[in-house]
Amino acid sequence: MSIEIVSVNKQFGSFTALNDVNLTVPSGELTALLGPSGSGKTTLLRIIAGLEIPDGGAIRFDGEETTDRHVRERQVGFVFQHYALFRHMTVEENVAFGLTVKPRKERPSKKEIRERVHELLRLVQLEGLADRYPTQLSGGQRQRVALARALAVEPKVLLLDEPFGALDAKVRVELRRWLRRLHDEIHVTSVFVTHDQEEALEVADRIVVMNKGRIEQVGTPAEVYDQPANPFVFDFLGSVNLFHCRAEQGQARAAAPELSVGYVRSHDIEVERRQSEDAVEAEVRHIQAVGPAVRVELLVRGTGKTVEAELSRDGADRLALDVGETVYARPRKMQRFVGDYQI
Amino acid sequence: MATRPITRNTVIPGFTPTLGYTVFYLSLIVLLPLSALVVKTASLTWGEFFATVTAPRVVASYKVTFGAALAAAGVNALFGLLVAWVLVRYRLPGKRFIDALVDFPFALPTAVAGITLSSVYAANGWLGQYLEPRGIKVAFTPVGIFVAMTFIGLPFVVRTVQPVLEELEQEVEEAAACLGANRWQTFRRVLLPELLPALLTGFALAFARGVGEYGSIIFIAGNMPMVSEITPLLIITKLEQYDYAGATAIATVMLLFSFLMLLTVNLLQKWSRRHAA
Amino acid sequence: MSSSAPSPSRTRTEPAPVRWALIITALLFLGLFLFVPLAAVFAQAFEKGWDAYLAAIREPDALAAVKLTLITAAISVPVNLIFGVVAAWAIAKFEFRGKQLLITLIDLPFSVSPVISGLIYVLLFGLQGWLGPWLQAHDIKIIFAVPGIVLATVFVTFPFVARELIPLMEAQGKDEEEAAITLGASGFQTFWRVTIPNIKWGLLYGVILCNARAMGEFGAVSVVSGHIRGSTNTIPLHVEILYNEYNYVAAFAVASLLALLALVTLVVKSFVEWRMRELS
Repeated sequence: MSIEIVSVNKQFGSFTALNDVNLTVPSGELTALLGPSGSGKTTLLRIIAGLEIPDGGAIRFDGEETTDRHVRERQVGFVFQHYALFRHMTVEENVAFGLTVKPRKERPSKKEIRERVHELLRLVQLEGLADRYPTQLSGGQRQRVALARALAVEPKVLLLDEPFGALDAKVRVELRRWLRRLHDEIHVTSVFVTHDQEEALEVADRIVVMNKGRIEQVGTPAEVYDQPANPFVFDFLGSVNLFHCRAEQGQARAAAPELSVGYVRSHDIEVERRQSEDAVEAEVRHIQAVGPAVRVELLVRGTGKTVEAELSRDGADRLALDVGETVYARPRKMQRFVGDYQI
Repeated sequence: MATRPITRNTVIPGFTPTLGYTVFYLSLIVLLPLSALVVKTASLTWGEFFATVTAPRVVASYKVTFGAALAAAGVNALFGLLVAWVLVRYRLPGKRFIDALVDFPFALPTAVAGITLSSVYAANGWLGQYLEPRGIKVAFTPVGIFVAMTFIGLPFVVRTVQPVLEELEQEVEEAAACLGANRWQTFRRVLLPELLPALLTGFALAFARGVGEYGSIIFIAGNMPMVSEITPLLIITKLEQYDYAGATAIATVMLLFSFLMLLTVNLLQKWSRRHAA
Repeated sequence: MSSSAPSPSRTRTEPAPVRWALIITALLFLGLFLFVPLAAVFAQAFEKGWDAYLAAIREPDALAAVKLTLITAAISVPVNLIFGVVAAWAIAKFEFRGKQLLITLIDLPFSVSPVISGLIYVLLFGLQGWLGPWLQAHDIKIIFAVPGIVLATVFVTFPFVARELIPLMEAQGKDEEEAAITLGASGFQTFWRVTIPNIKWGLLYGVILCNARAMGEFGAVSVVSGHIRGSTNTIPLHVEILYNEYNYVAAFAVASLLALLALVTLVVKSFVEWRMRELS
C-alpha cells in the first residue's frame, strides 16, 4: 500500500515540528526517515500511524483519505522505540494481543491464534521463548517480539520508530541486516525512523532526509549520498571537508572565485607528494589508523584550516607519511552549493 | 526534554470524562466544604475576627501548639536523619523489620497512639514511673504534647531522607576522600548539603502534621487552658459551646498556616528536584 | 534497594566505635518512641487476661462500633479508589494546563488538620450551616449521624489512592497504551488489559493505606459524630469513651484491634513494596 502525505503541518506549542511536508512512499518499499533529533521525523511517523493528529494537511493510504481515521482502523503496525511490550504478558500473549482484542466475530479461534503466533515467532527466530516475560529477554529479542506483535494483525503498513536505537553496536548491525532480509520476504510497505545515516544507507530502498520540520531530499541511498541536494544533506550523510575555493583550484575558478565553498568527503581527497594543478599545499599534522583506513589530518598552508583525508592502508603505506612533512591534497570529487542548491 | 509536546489530541481516549470527573469530585468533596469555612469567616467583621484569633487563651494555644510542633520536628529531623542513615548504610539484624516499623505511627490510629502514650508516661506507667521521681513530668503537661508530636511525626523525616540517601552516588564520597577530607568533613560539606532539601521537606511535613494533630495529643496533654491546650482542641471546645463563628475564625488561621506549609513543601520539593538534576 | 546494604567500602563508612554509637542511639530512639508504645497497647489489653479481653470486644456497643467502622470504610475506600484511578488517568496520560495545581489540590486534605476536616461539614450540613435548615425541614440528618461520619472519612482519605497512582502512571508513560491501540484494542480493552495489570500493586498499596486511615480516623469523625453510644461511634471513638470512663482494659482491648489493623497494614505494605521493587 502506498502512503501519500500532502502538506502536513504540526505545531507543539511554539515549536514547529513539521512545516508543509509532502511525501509519497511507494508500495512495498522500505523507506527511512533520516534526520537529527528535533527534525520532525518521529512526529511524521506518528502522524502516519494516527498516533498524532496533524494541524493541517492530509494522509492518504492508496489514494484513500485516512487523515481522520482512528489508529485502530488504520491497520498499521507500529514498533515503538522502547518496544512498549506489555510487561505483565508473556511473549506469546504479547504477540497474540492484537488478535485477541478483535471483535468476537472477526476473532480467530484460540487454536488459530496460537498457530499464527508460533508462525510469527518462527519468522522472528524466537520460537523457544514463547513463555518468557519481556524482562527476561535481551534488547534484540525484545525488538523482535515487538516486530512480531506488530505483524500479527497483518498490517498494511509497518512503521518503526528508531528500531535499533536502544541496542548496542554489534546487535544493531546484525538486526538491521535481518530486518532488510525480512522485508524482502514479506514486502509490506515500511517506514522507519533513524538518526544514523549508516543505518539508513544500508537498509533502506529510499531515504527521506529531514531537518527542522522540512524534507531536505528524497532519493535512493546512492542518490542522497552521491548527489546531495544541499550542504545539510552532504554534511549529515558523511564526513565533510570544506575547501575554500581559490583561484588556483581548477573547477572552482570559473564560478564565483572567493565566495563559494567546496564540499569534499574525506575519502575523496588524494594525498600526493607531487604538486598538481588542483592540489593545495598542506602539512601533515596527525596520522591515525582506524580499522582498515588511515586518517590523515592536514593543515592547509596559508589558510590555517585543517582537512581530513581518509586513505586506504595500502595507500598510506605506499606514501609512508611522517608528521610535519609537506604534501599536496587534491580533491577527487568536489561539490559546491550556491544558496542551498547544488551546481 | 527541551520541547515537551502538548498532546491534547492524543489517541488515548477519555481525557474529557476523566478530567471532568476529577474536577467535579474534587470540588464536591474538598473545595466546596473548604469554601464553606471561608464564607463563614467572611461573615465576621475584621474586628470580631481579630479579637477572636488573638484572645489570650487562643494565643496561648498557638504558643503551645507551634512550640511543641517545632521542637518535635527538630528532634525528628535529627533522629530521623540518624535512623535513615543507620537503615541505609549499616548492616544490622532485623533491619527489614525495623524499616517496616518506622511507618507504624502512620498506620496506628491516632486515638490509640494517644491513650497508649498517656498510659506509658503516666506516673505509674512503664516510663513514667522512672521519670516522675526524677522530677520529669510528661503526661498532662506540654512535654506530653511534644512527645505525642514526636511519635506521629517520626516517619516523615526518615521517609523523605532515606530515598535520597540511597540514591547518592558513591563516587562523590570517594572523590571527597581522595581529596583528603575525613569522614566528618565529607559528611558536613558533601553529604549534608545533598540531603538538606529532603531533610527540610521532612521537617516541614512533620511540623505541619504536629500543628494539625488532635487525636494522639488530647489524651496525654491534660488540656489545661493557657498551659497545655492545643489549638485544634480549642476549635472543638468552641464548637461544643455552639460558638461556630469563633471555631471558624481559629480554623481559618490554621488553614492559612496549612496553605503556607503546603507552599513551602512544594517549593522545597522543586528545589530538591533541581538539586537532583 | 534498602534490603541489601552496600558492601562497606572503606571510604564510605565510619570507624567501628562511631558506627556502633550511631546504631545504638538510633535504636534507643526507635525503642523509646516505637517499640514501647507498640508493646504497651497489647500489654494493657491483656492485663486482666483473655476473658476480660474477649468480654470487652464482644460487648454490644463495641460490636456496633466495629460495624459502623466497617460500613464507613466500605463506602469511602471504593469511592476514593475510583476517584484515584480516574484522576491518575487524566493527569498521567494527558498534558494540560493547571496540572500541577490540580495535583496540589488533590493533596490538600493531607495538610488540613483533622479537626478542620470535620468542622467544614458541620458548617455545611449542621443546624446553623448552609444546608442545615433545609435538611431539618426534610428530616435528613447528616451531622451527628452516619452520613456525616462517612463524608468526613471520605475527605481525610481522599488523596491516598490518587497520590500513589499518579507518579506510578506518569513513570510508566503511555507507550503501552498506544501500542495496544495501534493493535486494535478499544479504550476499555486497553484500560483493563494493559493499564490495570501494570498498576495493580500501586493500587493495592493505595487501598491499604486508605483503608487504615478510614478505619482509624479520629479527629474529623469526632467532630461530626455526636458520640452516641451504639449508634454513631466508630472504633476510635468507642476507645475514647471507654478510656474517659477509666475502663482501661476495655479501652486497650478495643484499641488493640486497631493496633492489629496497623500491623497488618504494615505487613501488606512491606509485601507490596517488595513486589514493586521486584518488578522494576
